[in-house]
Amino acid sequence: MRVKGRAWVLGDNVSTDHIISGKYKFKAISSLEAMLPHLLEEVIPGFSERVRPGDVIIAGKNFGMGSSREHAPRLLKMAGVGAVVARSFARIFYRNAINIGLPVIEAEEIPSITEDGDVIVVDLAEGVVANLSKGVRERFRPFPKEVMEILRAGGIIEYIKKHGGFPWQGSTG
Amino acid sequence: MPQTMTEKILSAKAGRPVSPGEFILAEADVAYAHDGTAPLAIKVMEENPFMYRVAHPERVVLVIDHASPPPHVEAARVHTLMRRFARRFGTRLYDVGEGICHQVIAESGLVRPGSLVIGADSHTVTLGALAAFATGVGSTDIALVFAFGATWLRVPEAVRGVITGEPHPAVGGKDAVLELLRQVRADGLTYKAIEFVGDGLRHLSVEQRMTVSNMVVEAGAKAGIFPADEVLLSWLGDGAKPLRPDPGAEYVDEVVIDLSNLEPMVAEPPNVDRVRPVTDLEGIEVNQVFIGSCTNGRYEDFVTAARILRGRRVKEGVRCIAVPASRRVYMRLLAEGVVEELVRAGCFVAHSTCGPCIGAHLGILDAGEVAVSTSNRNFPGRMGHKDSRIYLASPATAAASAVEGVIADPRKYLS
Repeated sequence: MRVKGRAWVLGDNVSTDHIISGKYKFKAISSLEAMLPHLLEEVIPGFSERVRPGDVIIAGKNFGMGSSREHAPRLLKMAGVGAVVARSFARIFYRNAINIGLPVIEAEEIPSITEDGDVIVVDLAEGVVANLSKGVRERFRPFPKEVMEILRAGGIIEYIKKHGGFPWQGSTG
Repeated sequence: MPQTMTEKILSAKAGRPVSPGEFILAEADVAYAHDGTAPLAIKVMEENPFMYRVAHPERVVLVIDHASPPPHVEAARVHTLMRRFARRFGTRLYDVGEGICHQVIAESGLVRPGSLVIGADSHTVTLGALAAFATGVGSTDIALVFAFGATWLRVPEAVRGVITGEPHPAVGGKDAVLELLRQVRADGLTYKAIEFVGDGLRHLSVEQRMTVSNMVVEAGAKAGIFPADEVLLSWLGDGAKPLRPDPGAEYVDEVVIDLSNLEPMVAEPPNVDRVRPVTDLEGIEVNQVFIGSCTNGRYEDFVTAARILRGRRVKEGVRCIAVPASRRVYMRLLAEGVVEELVRAGCFVAHSTCGPCIGAHLGILDAGEVAVSTSNRNFPGRMGHKDSRIYLASPATAAASAVEGVIADPRKYLS
């Protein structure tokens, strides 16, 4: 799996409220599409219109903290975001992102040197994230095999459809 | 091998001894979602026919609490969808006014020491106060638990939270967890479980422990577990077995909170970990005070607030909104005259709902307004306009601030 796109740089502690405010989850409950214009609206004005398929969010520490709302990673994926690269993630966001097939990469150097608009490549199989504009490559800790398989399938539901069970089915003893 | 409580609970679920870092598939004893997260879960189940089933209806609970009663047609439609789902599959449903999910689940008797509780809400960690491993997930995860009864988990490393000493009467669980956040910051416990031990636990009632467990997620924790000690066992009152960490269990880190020296603490906007003693923030003018939420909407919280508000008035120009976390809490407060005291003092008392905490309804803030809230998050715009400001504090600090119209130290009212 390979993702290539422009960087959108954010800071530390971007919450799920920043990604999609709780206000909209009722107003637009019947369709995620209706929530899309509000994606990251108070952090990057006009984001949902300006983002292009494959673009990569580059963030600091604790990306996705706060509410468990799965609308956050789903809307990022729906808008075309190809991956999120951050120094660290809040665990529910991280888990939700894997479950719905949005690659989430923990990296140190790339978040510290990347500027808006830099060209980013993420290679999940190789375990490498690169900033082509700055000429910097960084290896990241590879995903556990099962998590990689979920991402490769496009999410956990797609995985179960294909394999008939959870990835860890065999390890329950 | 000596085990942490986390390892004990998850080993029992996995059917073999497990250590931090392992992935397991585990059956949940209780799985729940609310009107903010259930609709997407139900949608996922409807769109995938192989998931349109419920493995154990008796373990599944839906709670209508977030936009409840419905403030708009969209919420009403979501509630209809949830009622239809609960009828179709025979799951439990707590409808409008029954309470906030974490509180009604605590009251339901479904959670026991050693239970695995999976909830589609980040504050599911609240149930760790009942010596359960309780953690929050998203809608797809909860849909999978509803359908197949199980979920995947990575066994987390555990941090020991040592609580010592006896607090001042105006200081309690909320101040303790704000102090924890001050020390470890908003990502200090990410992916980890925190397990509370120490001689201070006997001064923390189960209700106060729920406040502490509730907010461990603000430090990123996966779970915040209290032992099944005498305090919890007598609260449960039905022959539950003790659960404690083994002596010598391995913890990756330790945090110490000394209740005896703890001041009333306040988290200033825009983040939960910007915590300072109330004395640093006294005098900031307040437009609204909110006492309630899954963090601080329990019986003792309102009794404490009423002790401060009794015979006094909410300062002119301040809205003081008090919302019990469940019908059971509300009924007890009514029976004991606490609601009347709050209303006499000038509070607006409402049936149970998450409303004000999440800016859904019942007290939305205007630009430039300041709130003191007993809830758990102070992110910009959470309770209304993005240029409003939320200070998180205990019910005692909130009540004192309501009386004075400025952020105020509650210690002069309670001794």
